[in-house]
Amino acid sequence: MKPISHHIPDAMLAAYAAGNLPYPFAMVIASHVSLCIECRAALEAHQGIGGALLESAETVAVSDGLKADILSRLDEPHAPEPVYERKGALPGPVMSALKGRAPRWKTLGMGVRQDILHAGKDGSVRLLHIPPGQAVPDHSHNGLELTLVLQGSFSDETGRFGVGDLEIADEDLEHTPIADPGDACICLAATDAPLRFRAVMPRLLQPLFRI
Amino acid sequence: MRAVIVRSVSQGAEKTARGNDPTYMRLRIGFMLMLDLDTSRAGPIVPVMPSEEGKKVSQEKTELSQQTVWMLAVRDDRDSEAFGALFDFFAPRLKAFIMRSGVSAHQSEEIVQDVMLTVWRKAAMFDPHRAQVSAWIYQIARNRQIDILRRERRPVPEELHEDPGSEADASQILALEQESRRLKEALGQLRDDQREIIEKAYMGELTHQEISDQTGLPLGTIKSRIRLGLERLRHELRELKP
Repeated sequence: MKPISHHIPDAMLAAYAAGNLPYPFAMVIASHVSLCIECRAALEAHQGIGGALLESAETVAVSDGLKADILSRLDEPHAPEPVYERKGALPGPVMSALKGRAPRWKTLGMGVRQDILHAGKDGSVRLLHIPPGQAVPDHSHNGLELTLVLQGSFSDETGRFGVGDLEIADEDLEHTPIADPGDACICLAATDAPLRFRAVMPRLLQPLFRI
Repeated sequence: MRAVIVRSVSQGAEKTARGNDPTYMRLRIGFMLMLDLDTSRAGPIVPVMPSEEGKKVSQEKTELSQQTVWMLAVRDDRDSEAFGALFDFFAPRLKAFIMRSGVSAHQSEEIVQDVMLTVWRKAAMFDPHRAQVSAWIYQIARNRQIDILRRERRPVPEELHEDPGSEADASQILALEQESRRLKEALGQLRDDQREIIEKAYMGELTHQEISDQTGLPLGTIKSRIRLGLERLRHELRELKP
């Protein structure tokens, strides 16, 4: 496997640490960090800054009973949150969104399939399954799109993206990603706005497919 | 550089402001690390088992921060007194931190309670080779605040697991403590307006675009501090497996 060559910009990592990325982007960042030592190290450094700020933060006195209350609850039984492990090409955060199930692929046309993990006011995030040699319909963006490769690879006007690589596309980029020969390409794609497809998919149909 | 792990130290050796506090001394004695520096930087870092010699040769020593000592006592001994000490330090800071984002005092305390219980329950995940206690608690606090206020489960990276049986590397832990001290110094030297922006960024008050637009600002200083630690962290992370 080739080393990961497309990473997360620092500003995005800082916003992720601070909890200020919309859910669809946070999903992609958490997935990339699961695959990328480099960005995990950078994220932990950002957490270090957050920690240093917390240490030197001003203080507001807590209520009298709070400490005793917490101490009395330490041995309280609690159900730990379920942890979903990586499964094949799908990293833990994706498995967690799927609640451990296999993807339920829905056909998008031209052999391309998708499973929408989340769609809401804050954007959408989905898994895409693209057969080798197949182009994802040419589209321009109405906002920001993050695409993380989980299996196979794709290439577009800006370069080649293999497993773990993250492509960040903004409104100015019009690109045609094409899955490379070999394994089908599986991507995790997030946007903070609906995509506008220029071909294949009439805009009227977009709400039906939620893309 | 040679790391010496000292697991028992005579009480008289330490005279500090809190030297007579029995809880503090017990914790200090229970787990204490010293870094023994010699002139040569070459050669492998060899952890040395506790010995009388270890104490004698130590000339310049860096100790674990008090918070790390408390956290390790919570993690390894489920020590509720040490947990109480962590609470005393962090709870008022967490409350101020959370209230800053417009959350009421009452709800802030609920989140503080949730965060501190998470610290207790997930203590086994704390790894002093990779994180300062404050950094670890910072991330728990940001995550829990979002989970509770937005009622969603925030996506988090897979946890890394240490090989069972791998031993503590004192030099690594202390190097992290030292870097964190330098980072705090660097933060302390920022101008007020610069610090304000950094605070806003890490309190979740700026979007990634806004952070990215703050070119040339303190991120430069901060980044050089981040970079210092990166290579070491990378090395550390390579040893671990998801």
